[in-house]
Amino acid sequence: MAHIAYREALGQAMSEEMRRDDKVFLMGEEVGFYQGAFKVSRGMLEEFGPMRVIDTPITEAGFTGAGIGAAMVGLRPIIEMMTFNFSILAMDQIINNAAKIRSMSGGQFKVPIVVRGPGGSAARLAAQHSQSLESLYCHIAGLKVIAPSVPKDAKGLLKSAIRDDNPVICFEAQALYGTMGDVPEGDYTIPIGAADVKREGRDVTLIAWSKMLLLCLRAAEQLAQQGIEAEVVDPRTLRPLDMETILNSVRKTHRAVIVEEAWPYGGVSAEISDRITHEALDILDAPIERVTGEDVPIPYAKNLEQAALPSTEKIIHAVKKAMYLE
Amino acid sequence: MTSKQKLPLLEFLRQMTLIRRFEEKAAEMYALGKIAGFCHLYIGEEAVAVGSIAAANPDDYIVTAYRDHGHALARGLEPKRVMAELFGKATGVSKGMGGSMHLFDASRNFMGGYAIVGGHIPLATGIGFAMKYQKKDQVALCFFGEGSVPSGNFHEALNLASLWRLPVVYICENNRFGMGTPVERSSAIYDIAHAARAHDMPFHHVDGMDVIDVYTQMKEIIDGVRSSKRPIFVEARTYRYMGHSMSDPAHGHYRTKAEIDEQKKRDPISTLQKRLLEAKEITPEEVAKMEREIQDIVLESVEFADKSPEPPLSALTEYVYSP
Repeated sequence: MAHIAYREALGQAMSEEMRRDDKVFLMGEEVGFYQGAFKVSRGMLEEFGPMRVIDTPITEAGFTGAGIGAAMVGLRPIIEMMTFNFSILAMDQIINNAAKIRSMSGGQFKVPIVVRGPGGSAARLAAQHSQSLESLYCHIAGLKVIAPSVPKDAKGLLKSAIRDDNPVICFEAQALYGTMGDVPEGDYTIPIGAADVKREGRDVTLIAWSKMLLLCLRAAEQLAQQGIEAEVVDPRTLRPLDMETILNSVRKTHRAVIVEEAWPYGGVSAEISDRITHEALDILDAPIERVTGEDVPIPYAKNLEQAALPSTEKIIHAVKKAMYLE
Repeated sequence: MTSKQKLPLLEFLRQMTLIRRFEEKAAEMYALGKIAGFCHLYIGEEAVAVGSIAAANPDDYIVTAYRDHGHALARGLEPKRVMAELFGKATGVSKGMGGSMHLFDASRNFMGGYAIVGGHIPLATGIGFAMKYQKKDQVALCFFGEGSVPSGNFHEALNLASLWRLPVVYICENNRFGMGTPVERSSAIYDIAHAARAHDMPFHHVDGMDVIDVYTQMKEIIDGVRSSKRPIFVEARTYRYMGHSMSDPAHGHYRTKAEIDEQKKRDPISTLQKRLLEAKEITPEEVAKMEREIQDIVLESVEFADKSPEPPLSALTEYVYSP
C-alpha cells in the first residue's frame, strides 16, 4: 500500500493508462505546461509530450466536441474540466452528442471518452464556482457517472472509466484533492457500478459520495460516541446505481439517511430514496431522510456558505430524526 | 478544357438526379404519413454534396447536419436503406434509431447527420485531430449551413483546427436562409467565407449551383489539405427550393415564389444536363434512360422501406450503452 493524495491517485490512473494504451490522451485547460490547475496532471506533459497532454483554449464546447469526434474514430480521450461549473458550456456536446451517438447510429459508433474534473464547493468560491452538478448528468441515458470519495477509489474508478467504451463523467472535488489515503500497489481497477460499505453499523444507513462521504464518516464517529452505530455506504458510481449494496444495508438497519451536497430539487438523493421506497418500503422503520444543500445559489459570505451546505450537525440531526430520537 | 472532359460528368448528373428524385419521393411519402418527424430536403443544393464528396477519397470522413439525405446518397449509402431509415425501419442505415436527421454508416466513414445547429462542427475538428494524432492521411469534410456560422461551436471548432493544424475542410452550404431568416438578418458579415479570417484560415468560394465548379475547386482544396495538414473553409453558395423542413412552406412570409423561380434558372441538374446535351456527351434517349433507372431505384427504395419490419422492441435499450 502507498499512502498518497487523491490528486496523485488520479494522476497515476491517467499516466498508467496512457503508458498501457497509446490511444489515451489528456486534453483540457492548463493540463500541460501549467501542470494542471489543481496539479492532477503534474509531470504528465514531460512524460507524454504535447501531442498527448494537450493544452486547450478556454472553449469547453469546442474541445469536448473535438474529444467526442476523436473518440468516434478510435481514440480514448480524457477531457479535463478545470471545474464542472465550466462543463455547462460543453453540455450540448456531452448530452446531445456523446450520450446519443451510439443510440442514434443504431450502435455503429461508440464514444469512449472520460470527462473529469472537480465539482462542488471549496472555500467561498461563490455561486458560479461551487455547484454540484451530478444530478444533471445522472439524468442522461447514455452516460455513466462516477464520484469517488477516497484516493483508492479515485484511481481504480478512473482507470475503469478510461477503459470503458462509453462516455463517463468523473466528479472529483476540489476539497478532496489534498486528502490522503492508502492505494494498492500495481495495476488495479474498481468496477463502475459497484458501491462500497465504508463503515459497518447496525442502526442506520448513511448514503453519500465524494466529499459528503467524509462528512458522513465524521458524523458516524460522533454518533458512535452516543451509542448509535451508523453504516456508511458509498455508491461510488451514481449511474448506474448499485442498489443491491444499498438495499442490503437498509435491510439490516431499516433506516436510511442520504446526504448530497447538491440542491434538493430532483437530486440524486431523491432518486436513491425513490428506489429504496419502491423496492423495500416494508423494511423501513422510518421515512427516508435527505440532507442536501439549501435550495439557493451558494453565497460568498462565510456564515451563509456554511448555512447553505450539509454539515455533520445536519447529518446527526437527520439520523436522530430517522431514529425517532428527536 | 481537356481536364474538364475527364470529369465524370455523367456520374455527377446521375447522382444529382438520384438525390432530386429521392427527395421528391420522400416529400410524397411524408405527405402520406410514411415518414414523420422533421424531414429536411436537399432539393436545389445537390451540386454541393455530389461535387464535394466526389472530390474526396472514399475513406475520408463525412460529418454533416440534419439536411443529410443528399450527402448520404452521394457517399454511396444504399438508397433503399436510407429510405428505410426515413420510414423508421429496422433495415435503415441507423436501424431505425436515427431517422431523417441522423443517417450514419460506419462502413463508409459517414459519421452522421446531427440536428443541433453547429453542434457537429467540433466533431469534425476532433476527427481531424485523430488523423494528426495517428499520423493518418485522411481528411474530414464537415458540412453545415450558413445559419451555424455565427454560433460558438463553429468558432471554437475552427479556432482549434487552425491552431492545431488539422486536416479538415469546413464546407458552408450557404442556402441563404436559416429556416426563415435570411443571412443578412443573422450574420454581421454577408460574405460568410470571411468568418474564416478570424481564425487565420484560408477560404474559398465555390458556386454551389455548379457541380463542375464545386468538384474542380474541392478536388484541389481537399488534396491541398491532405498534403498541407491545414484546415480550409469553403463557402458554397447554393439555394434551397423547398421549405426549411417538410413542416414549413417553401415560400410565404420570408421569401417570394418569384425569388425561388429566379433561382431555379440556375438549377444544377438542368444546367448540367443542357450542357451535356449541347456538347453531345449525352443523348436525349440516354437522359430518359437514366431517369427511368433512377425512378426504378427510388420506387424500389420505397417498396423495400415499406415492406421492411419495424425495429424489435428490444432495440429500445440495445444501443444506449456499449457492453
